[in-house]
Order: sequence, then structure tokens, then C-alpha cells
Amino acid sequence: MTALTTKANIKAPDEFYAELLAVHEGLSKSESDALNARLILLLANHIGNRAVLSQALRAAALKD
Amino acid sequence: MSKIFEVPLYPYQRSADQDAATPVRHKVVVVGAGPVGLALAIDLAMQDVPVVVVDENDKVSWGSRAICFAKRPLEILDRLGCGDPMVDKGVIWNLGKVYFDERQVFGFNLLPEQGHKRPAFINLQQYYFEQYLVDRVRALQAEGKPIELRGGNKVLDVSQDGTGAELTIGTPDGPYRIAADWVVACDGAASPVRTLLGLDFTGRVFEDNFLIADVVMEAKFPTERWFWFDPPFNRGQSALLHKQPDNVWRIDFQLGWDIDRAEELKPENIDRRLKAMLGEEISYELEWSSIYTFQCRRMDRFHQGRVIFAGDAAHQVSPFGARGANSGLQDTDNLAWKLKLIIEGKSPVTLLDSYDAERIHGADENILNSSRSTDFITPKSEISRIFRDAVLDLSERYEATRPMVNSGRLSVPCTYDGSPLNGPDCMTLPARTRPGSPMVDAPVPGGWLLDLLGSRFHLITINEQAPDAFPVEGLDVKCLSLFTADDADGHLAQRYLGDAKSAVYLVRPDQHVAARWDHYDETAVKAALLTAIGR
Repeated sequence: MTALTTKANIKAPDEFYAELLAVHEGLSKSESDALNARLILLLANHIGNRAVLSQALRAAALKD
Repeated sequence: MSKIFEVPLYPYQRSADQDAATPVRHKVVVVGAGPVGLALAIDLAMQDVPVVVVDENDKVSWGSRAICFAKRPLEILDRLGCGDPMVDKGVIWNLGKVYFDERQVFGFNLLPEQGHKRPAFINLQQYYFEQYLVDRVRALQAEGKPIELRGGNKVLDVSQDGTGAELTIGTPDGPYRIAADWVVACDGAASPVRTLLGLDFTGRVFEDNFLIADVVMEAKFPTERWFWFDPPFNRGQSALLHKQPDNVWRIDFQLGWDIDRAEELKPENIDRRLKAMLGEEISYELEWSSIYTFQCRRMDRFHQGRVIFAGDAAHQVSPFGARGANSGLQDTDNLAWKLKLIIEGKSPVTLLDSYDAERIHGADENILNSSRSTDFITPKSEISRIFRDAVLDLSERYEATRPMVNSGRLSVPCTYDGSPLNGPDCMTLPARTRPGSPMVDAPVPGGWLLDLLGSRFHLITINEQAPDAFPVEGLDVKCLSLFTADDADGHLAQRYLGDAKSAVYLVRPDQHVAARWDHYDETAVKAALLTAIGR
């Protein structure tokens, strides 16, 4: 079974982090909330694997 | 012209029971002549189980109410001999559109699977549905079947002991009493029988109101289901447009919780809403309007001694997904044959425990699905609204999130996985027809598979030999031989064989699979039959 990757997996992490903040630039709190929600849904669909998604949900809730 | 639902269809008539010195005893008394009560009574009477139906009214349902009937209930109606008038009159639809704010987010086609006699759904007003059931009752009476329908008979009291129940019934001529071996309460969400017995009905209340307006209009809209999230004409709420026969359109407006019901129901306020939605120029006649709120809840058990509950009396769901009347009909489908076997002494009374197990499983599935739809349509928190809107916004551009859009997951029958009545499974056969599943229709020479089944046990052999019939302790099992050589389109093989060369299915009177094998083994079939009848 595929497990959630919790080891660093993104090349050039500073660039990704900057890009993540950049898409939120100039947005109101509610616009940012909406963008985050869309981002989560798109990434979740990309992952697709239900077991991995459940692990990610637990990990994000700091429950593991 | 008076509307169909204003005409008394089974007016009060004095019964000989009212002049009897001691309460006359009946085999089964059904309380409530709605879709569920009538379907159960028809099922029992067709199998020669005497049944009396009492209802405090004498007309079909007031207004259209339940309008969406799914494929499985239509198959049940076929077994009861009244599927054709329903489907002939009903509106068949496959296309749906979802709107968010001012935009169409996407359209969908339900693309029904080929090789079935019945469509995925029809839309039909409940008053027609009930009228066709009453027509069927009359036809059975003409054939001499033991079924009686008593209008103007209101249950005032109910008591029971270990062997039966007694009802006090109010009529225009005053009260009388009757006794019954079994009472089945199909008397709706507010079930007076349930209340009289002081039984619990617990669950989740949804704080919302919906305005239903049924309007008659010559509209050029296609036969599609249109659902709006947060439209300009009903900000922050939802709306639904759906076509019924006779140019009647069902329009649902979500209203929210804190409303003035009397104010909302004023024709001028309904008119204002309709014109905001459909345009100032529309002309229509308002046939019926109503405001409803709903709950998702069920009884802890569906029978209590000699009193059994079915339909909304036993469980209630939100209307999203058409799971009310549809699941009620599946209750009766499950109950009728069990009650018959118990009454005939062929099964122990404990067979009724399987009615609870199987239909509570169904009710829980329906409650889960309709609660999820409700949570999507009416987000309960800020974050749930953010995600709901994100799903809708993405769905306009990407297919990815469209399956998450939930404006009601339309009723599909449940599989009774883990039922105590299930016998052996054969793992090489397809999962969709495993024990507990409703039989899946398929074309067979001369017609349809489901038309050959039901109301008794059947043994189906596919590419395998078995006797024509065999009696097992008073039960007559009929055998049906099918061959894939006759199955040109491959539907039968795909649904019942998978990769196997042959198969044997034991099918219950309600057309659910009891057990299956890849070859015939008389001892195994007989054992599975005894399991299926609770012995």
C-alpha cells in the first residue's frame, strides 16, 4: 500500500513556498480561504488514493 | 373541474365489523392507504393473505408530494401488476443541469445502463401513483382476492398481546374495534400508531424550510432536472425545477429556518418568487403549494410484538435523493413474503428480525446519503460553505470535482450484505449480484428476467441442469433454466456469470439473491433455502 510521503519531496522548496504565497497576494481573507479550498480539492483529486488522503487528513489534524 | 386529489376515491362505507358483538379478527390490518400501505396490501392479497387497509381519509394524496420513482420500485410495481400505468404516465428524464450563482456549472447525463426493462427514474405525481394502486386493489377485488379498503377509518387506539393486536377505529358512525394477527403501520412520518404505542423516533432535525410550488404551465424547458445553488433569485439558498406529467412543474425553493410560513405561502409571494426565477412574462396556474421541513431519523426497531412499521412511519429522510416513498416500497417488498410465511406457519416469528436487520440497513444507508446531500446543499458552517463553493467553482472548469457536487444522490436499492438470511456466495461470480443484492434485470428470450421472478422462491440455473421444481418442507421452489447461448448482448453473462462458465442462483420472493454457486448441489440449495426462510 502506498503511504503518505512525509519526507521532503519538493525540489527548490523556497521557490514553491514563494509561489504559494504569491497566488494569495492581494486577496482578501475570504478569497484566500476559497483559493485554499480549491487547491486542496485539486491536489486531493490528483492523489486520488483514498488511504493516502485519509493519512494526510489525520496528519494535517496533527493526530498522528 | 375538480382535481384528482379532491375526489373521494374510497369513501367511507359501513362495514359488517361495526355491528359485530366481539371484535372481528383479521390476519393483517394495514394502517394507511398511501403508496406504502397500498403496495403492501396488494402484495399480500396477490399471495392470498387476507388484508384490510384502514385510512382516516378517502382520497389520494393532497398535492404531488413524492414525484420521483426509481427503477427498483418500478420493478416491484411490475411484480405487483401495476408498473405499466405508472411508467406509461410518468415522465422519463436522464439529463440534469447544475447552476451556481448566475452560471451553469455543468450538465450531466445519467446514461442509463442498457439491457433493463425499466428506466432509472420516472417523475409521477403521488396522486397518480396512489390512484393506480387503488385501481389495482379494485382489480384484485374483482378477481376475488382478499383485500378490503376502508376510508374514513381513523385509528384511535391500539393494544396488543403476544398473539395479536386490537385496534379501536373511529368512523362517521362512531368507533368500533377490530382484532388482527398482525398490524402494519404505514401511517406516515407522524405515525399515530407509533405515537399511541409510545415508541421512540429519534434522529437529526434539519433547521430548514422548503417551499414547494407545483405549477401548470406551457413551458419550453426541456425534460431535465435543474438545480441551482445560491441563484440570484434565491440568494444564499437553493432551488430545483423538475417536470411532472400534464405540464406540471415542481419548483422547490429553499427558504432557510427563520421564516414566516403563512407569509411565504401567500399566492402573491409565491408569484414574486416564480417570476424572479422564470421571468416576468410567464403564465401559470398554481396547482399546489406547501412548506416542509424535514428530519433524518428512524425507529430503533421496525417491529414491536405484533405491530410492524414500514415507510415514513419507521424512518424519515430528507427529500434530496427521492428516498422516502422509494425506500417505503422496498420495505413492503421485504416484508410481504416474510409475513406470509409466518402466517402460514412455514417460518418462525423470528423471521421478522430479518425485516428489521435488512430494512434498518437500508434506512441507515438512505439517512447517510440524504444527510450528506443536505450538508452539501445547506452548509452548516463557514468552512463547509467554503468547500462547497470551491467544489462548484472548480466544477465549472474541471471534471475532477463534479462527482462531489451533491444535489441529491438518487435512490438505488441496497444490498443486504451480512443479512442472517444470506447463504453461500461463490467468489468467482460478479460482485453486483452477490447474496443480499436485488436481482439485476436482463433481457431473456421473450422478455425480461425480472418479469419471470418474484412472489415465490426461484432457482435460476445458467448453463447448468437442475430439476424443474422441488418442494422443500411445504415450499415450492420453481426452477428457471437460462443459457448464455440465448444471451446475444451478453448482459446476462456480464451480470450473473463474470468469468464463470455456469451459475446457480437461489432468489427470494422479493427478487433478492439468497445464495449462489457455480454448479447445482441439491443439498446446498436446500440448506440455503432453510436459511433464507429463517429456519
